[in-house]
Amino acid sequence: MSKRLTCNVVVVGAGMVGAACALYAGRAGLDVILVDRGPVAGGTTGAGEGNLLVSDKEPGPELDLALLSGRLWGELAQEFGEAVEYESKGGVVVASSPDGLAALERFAQGQRAAGVVAEPVAGDGLYDLEPHLAPGLPGAVHYPQDAQVMPALAAAHLLRASGARLLTGHTVTDVLRAPDGAVRGVRTDKGDIHAPAVINAAGTWGGELAALAGVRLPVLPRRGFVLVTEPLPRRVRHKVYAADYVADVASDSAALQTSPVVEGTAAGPILIGASRERVGFDRTFSLPVVRALAAGATRLFPFLERVRAMRSYLGFRPYLPDHLPAVGTDPRVPGLYHACGHEGAGIGLATGTAHLIAQTLTAKTPDLDLTPFRPDRFAAEAM
Amino acid sequence: MTDPNRSGAVPHLVVIGAGPAGLAASVAAAACGVRVTLVDSAGEAGGQFYRRPAPGLRARRPQALHHQWRTWERLKDGLDRYVRAGCVRHLTEHHVWCVERRGEPDRGFTVHALLGPEQEGAAEVRADAVLLATGGYEKVLPFPGWTLPGVVSAGGAQAMLKGALVVSGRTAVVAGTGPLLLPVATGLAAAGVEIAALVESADPKAFVRQSRALAAQPGKVAEGAGYAARLLRHRARLLARHTIVEAHGTERLEAVTVAALDASGRVRPGSERRVPCDTLAVGHGMLPHTDLADTLGCRLDGPAVHVDDEQRTDVPGVWAAGETTGIGGSALSLAEGHIAGCSAAARLRGTEPDPGAWAAAARVRARLRAFSAALDSVYAPPVHWTEQVTDDTVVCRCEEVTGGAIREAVAELGAGDPRTVKLLTRAGMGWCQGRMCGPAVAGLAGCELAPSRRPFARPVPLGILARAGEMDHQ
Ligand SMILES: Cc1cc2nc3c(=O)[nH]c(=O)nc-3n(C[C@H](O)[C@H](O)[C@H](O)COP(=O)(O)OP(=O)(O)OC[C@H]3O[C@@H](n4cnc5c(N)ncnc54)[C@H](O)[C@@H]3O)c2cc1C
Ligand SMILES: Cc1cc2nc3c(=O)[nH]c(=O)nc-3n(C[C@H](O)[C@H](O)[C@H](O)COP(=O)(O)OP(=O)(O)OC[C@H]3O[C@@H](n4cnc5c(N)ncnc54)[C@H](O)[C@@H]3O)c2cc1C
Repeated sequence: MSKRLTCNVVVVGAGMVGAACALYAGRAGLDVILVDRGPVAGGTTGAGEGNLLVSDKEPGPELDLALLSGRLWGELAQEFGEAVEYESKGGVVVASSPDGLAALERFAQGQRAAGVVAEPVAGDGLYDLEPHLAPGLPGAVHYPQDAQVMPALAAAHLLRASGARLLTGHTVTDVLRAPDGAVRGVRTDKGDIHAPAVINAAGTWGGELAALAGVRLPVLPRRGFVLVTEPLPRRVRHKVYAADYVADVASDSAALQTSPVVEGTAAGPILIGASRERVGFDRTFSLPVVRALAAGATRLFPFLERVRAMRSYLGFRPYLPDHLPAVGTDPRVPGLYHACGHEGAGIGLATGTAHLIAQTLTAKTPDLDLTPFRPDRFAAEAM
Repeated sequence: MTDPNRSGAVPHLVVIGAGPAGLAASVAAAACGVRVTLVDSAGEAGGQFYRRPAPGLRARRPQALHHQWRTWERLKDGLDRYVRAGCVRHLTEHHVWCVERRGEPDRGFTVHALLGPEQEGAAEVRADAVLLATGGYEKVLPFPGWTLPGVVSAGGAQAMLKGALVVSGRTAVVAGTGPLLLPVATGLAAAGVEIAALVESADPKAFVRQSRALAAQPGKVAEGAGYAARLLRHRARLLARHTIVEAHGTERLEAVTVAALDASGRVRPGSERRVPCDTLAVGHGMLPHTDLADTLGCRLDGPAVHVDDEQRTDVPGVWAAGETTGIGGSALSLAEGHIAGCSAAARLRGTEPDPGAWAAAARVRARLRAFSAALDSVYAPPVHWTEQVTDDTVVCRCEEVTGGAIREAVAELGAGDPRTVKLLTRAGMGWCQGRMCGPAVAGLAGCELAPSRRPFARPVPLGILARAGEMDHQ
């Protein structure tokens, strides 16, 4: 046991969400220590992509959080833009059939009412936006608010600017609690850290951290593969993906089916992502999954046929059963805050999440109603 | 595990890599009556060791560059015989980018390859079992000036010699560490290149400490002594416990600075001297190629594929032999390949293999593994080699990432392993996927080199990837 550390807030997890929490809490005047068992961005943040999307979200609490987060990302871009490779490039969601286009426009209509900018694009206008798209596509919707960052750089730079003390290589082994049940800090394999508030930003492992505090939070892994091509001059200008509604009218809410998102990066390679599978923490490479990504991307952009995939990587999205994150105080354990379970949108939603957490920590009224994100909403369900 | 695509019931083994290990394995397996397809990216069999001068060069005595020419001729004759008999198919210029394990019901494997020097066509080979004999690749640690034209890897120099017969009249320094430096220097000298110095960072005293293990291999030690004697005849300077500090030149290499190392492995101040040269061949040992095995889910031990006494990996139906299972020289690869071929053939035919059948090879294997472990403890880069890497030394050549950028990522951005260094600096994201800079990045980040995952052993066109597995298998 080394020297005992004290601070106002301990953040557990040096991923995108923990880094953002450290920044917003620090800027709210709190003294923050951030711990991670590995390095910065060693978890899912270093194994995904950095799309900041509103286009793929239906109206509801997640879209509200995405819109708030998008505004905050825009502010941070003034400060960190280059260093985190922020690009407000916009998204283009392409329909592959006239029926699909009609459905897509209905979807966009709902989004507009919630505050999303969604511009219809007719067939020929589409090729002005994206000249290398496959010919013969009926139309698309352009979402200028979609943006991107490089997640690992974003986490590292936000963290550095936060002024928080960073303890990498420290595994949290227990959440310390007072006799009345309130949080007193955390125990790590290298000593205790005392603080009246602990933020669970442990991503896909957020359920394990919650268990250390004696509460249940059913965060589970959802595997995703990404394909990375050789570096190319810019030929894909936006984030481009195809959307089609399942023509299955039997179900009351049509599920949005998307093909892989194809996007250029500042550094030159094109990223093609990402698959979704629930297979636990299985790290085995799956050729069929990656083949499907390649097929989807080459259908959209035929020139990609001859472009080489350099590598593929995988990560485990942290998901909760209702596909919404856990954000805010845990009524079961005073002093415990959750900021995890963002599934495939944790980079995009990190800023809004951190802002809301900082407001809660400093006893301000949060900008959004946190009820849909309550961490104890699963308490009654079976595991 | 029979191939549903073949009418005959003869099981099919695909051997990847036609170096000493893959050749020995193919000949052994064919002799035991299984059908073998030998796949290699090169245009001819031989691997790293039996790389021969291109036929067009009409070298008069290629055997002069090879001291194990007889072994090679025996293997090559064996291969040719089985190829003529239709028992072995040898596919050249097939670059394997992935080996896929097919699921139920048919099990077995599909070997996915890119064709030709441009790697633009696609081929697929189905197999009941695979044998990975993909060898190793060279490790080169960076120092200021190492990117200048004229600086080549030790293996690169050797390949120039064996493949294209290097031009004489040059002045070379051979530097780094490891048992390959001597044969490379000797080969260059024999081809008329003046060897200004052979700079080896290992401490001769370490050989004395390992003398028992080394003496158990009289042949190998004599081989080394023979090289040294030949080299001295060419009046080359041997500088043990020395290291390269910097390579100089504007357009291309003009000289190097070498220096002595002190007991702690640091450059001894004041010992630097400048040696003019136009070629610097540098190498710091070899690392196993493990991409195909790792993607199949095979267990790795440190940097090498883990195998049992029969050379089986822990994935059923996958064998591995030669330097992919650990660096140890061509004779060890031959022994392992033979054992792997015998085991795979027996098991494919549904019989329990008899280890007595390969007892001699197993003895050679045990001896040579002990020998190479002893060599490993002797040949080591200077303990403090990272101190030579200045902040403006380019470490990752593909992405042009400097030592300073890597140090900043570790000290200020919270990177802690090669993966997070890569994410924060791009080191290792380029064309070679970190094969070149991996050891250097790990060293600068202060951690062990862990093999990074490369699901594609070769970059693969997306169109081919999108259709992988759809080929007709006749
Ligand atoms: C293939 C793929 C593509 C994706 N694409 C996008 C995208 O385009 N846009 C987007 O917004 N999101 C995307 N995501 C999702 C996004 O990556 C995640 O939602 C996000 O990274 C989660 O960040 P986090 O900080 O919550 O978790 P993480 O980055 O996983 O951080 C959690 C940290 O907690 C640490 N930790 C856990 N337990 C302990 C403990 N006991 N003690 C100490 N430390 C601990 C871990 O070491 C880890 O570093 C994608 C994900 C995948 C897999
Ligand atoms: C410079 C140098 C000097 C050497 N000198 C000596 C010496 O004097 N004495 C000695 O005993 N040893 C020496 N060696 C070592 C010797 O070359 C190796 O020990 C031996 O070649 C290893 O045999 P292998 O069959 O395991 O692998 P390799 O000979 O490396 O053969 C591997 C084969 O696999 C193929 N391959 C790899 N990946 C793929 C893929 N994805 N698709 C298709 N094909 C693939 C390669 O093309 C290659 O032909 C030297 C090596 C070098 C580099």
